[in-house]
Amino acid sequence: MCLAIPGKIIELDAQNAQLAVVDVVGVRRKVDLGLLQDEPPIVGDWVLIHVGFAMSKISEADAVDQMQTLTMLGEAEAAMQEVRGYGLENETLDQPGQRWRQ
Amino acid sequence: MKFVDEFRAPELIAKAGEEIRRLADPNRHYRIMEVCGGHTHAIYRFGLKDLLPSNVELIHGPGCPVCVLPMGRIDDGLSLATQPDFIFAAFGDMMRVPGTHGSPLEYKARGMDVRIVYSPADALKLARSNTGKHVMFFAIGFETTAPSTALTLVRAKAEGLRNFSVFCNHVTIIPAIRAILDSPDMRLDGFVGPGHVSTVIGCRPYDWIAKDEGKPVVVSGFEPLDILQSIVMLLQQLRKGEAKVENQYKRVVPWEGNRAALRAMAEVFELRPYFEWRGLGFISQSALKIRASYAEWDSEQRFSVPGVRVTDPKAAQCGEVLKGVLKPAQCKLFGRECTPEQPVGALMVSSEGSCAAYYNYEHRKPVTIASAAAN
Repeated sequence: MCLAIPGKIIELDAQNAQLAVVDVVGVRRKVDLGLLQDEPPIVGDWVLIHVGFAMSKISEADAVDQMQTLTMLGEAEAAMQEVRGYGLENETLDQPGQRWRQ
Repeated sequence: MKFVDEFRAPELIAKAGEEIRRLADPNRHYRIMEVCGGHTHAIYRFGLKDLLPSNVELIHGPGCPVCVLPMGRIDDGLSLATQPDFIFAAFGDMMRVPGTHGSPLEYKARGMDVRIVYSPADALKLARSNTGKHVMFFAIGFETTAPSTALTLVRAKAEGLRNFSVFCNHVTIIPAIRAILDSPDMRLDGFVGPGHVSTVIGCRPYDWIAKDEGKPVVVSGFEPLDILQSIVMLLQQLRKGEAKVENQYKRVVPWEGNRAALRAMAEVFELRPYFEWRGLGFISQSALKIRASYAEWDSEQRFSVPGVRVTDPKAAQCGEVLKGVLKPAQCKLFGRECTPEQPVGALMVSSEGSCAAYYNYEHRKPVTIASAAAN
């Protein structure tokens, strides 16, 4: 819970400005942008996610570092499980995509 | 040497270790507390202790939300959820935490509708799709998760969704640090400040620790190098006789925090006059309650809560371990009655709890980067 998950904003929700699709290592889920309303992210931005909410904007390099940290901590799998768990009503948007370099 | 390849810049890690040994005065014993459970996990996982000289001691702080939640709160939450047509929703971390009559997972096995959610927003979705039932989100966490619960409540109210409520156990980190500093059996030289909590609250709330208590604070990232660099920065301050708040994790933590998140929290929450912390007892103004303007979405204001108080099992010494007075292995139950598979105390349940971290990484003694770099 202390550890944030990095993701890239792929698409802003046309119906709801507070929602966006993020990509976390090939898994795509909707997250809430409401806590970043002072500096709304745009498509292509990287964010740190806590429990389904984007909490801060970060650089791509920091996003890579953070995923690496999660991997080193043995938490990458739990983090991916969390991301897959977001959005009970969302259609599954899993993409084969790249697997994270272990 | 199993973890060596996973590390970035092992040579920098070895250098930071050397720098710590150079800065530490051999005639002095340093006690540095890492406040955040994520740091505790990282310290054990990476075996960072092996890189530190014996007079630089890391004390594990209270920053694991699952660990500090008293059993009575779990009992209260579960007892509410025995009502008919009720769904108990919580993060996965909560599922194996023992209450007096079992964990949420055991209640589920007995037929209670218990759901794991990964976000409070998903608990809200459960309420939307289960209109005939009441969905209670059992909320835990420090300032990293509290803003998300707050915004979820704002959304519930805006939608007028009446079959949703939050059983709020959110706590705040600053009063816990104050309680530890006020504790007579505690002597600390400085703090490794929490990384992701600080993305929300920023660095200013730690000012008093430096100014009034004369102890340095360095807000730190979670990589091995981050933590070691933070210890270097603390030792540099201590060597110069300084006490200030520094931010090692600038790449993620803004000095002022996240104002939108703080606004959401202020809209929905107010401070409880006091709240019980496992191991630390009652700490004044240390937790958040839901404001009267959101009473309808507050499980405690909406339903009658038994208000159970449960004393921890006598033999378990969770409190002493939480305060850093005892090391995990010094508890009488450690590794015998209390293991990650069969936890007695909450410190053994969460991967952020110091007992589980100690058990998984120290007790089983894997070879770590740090022990490899130290040789």
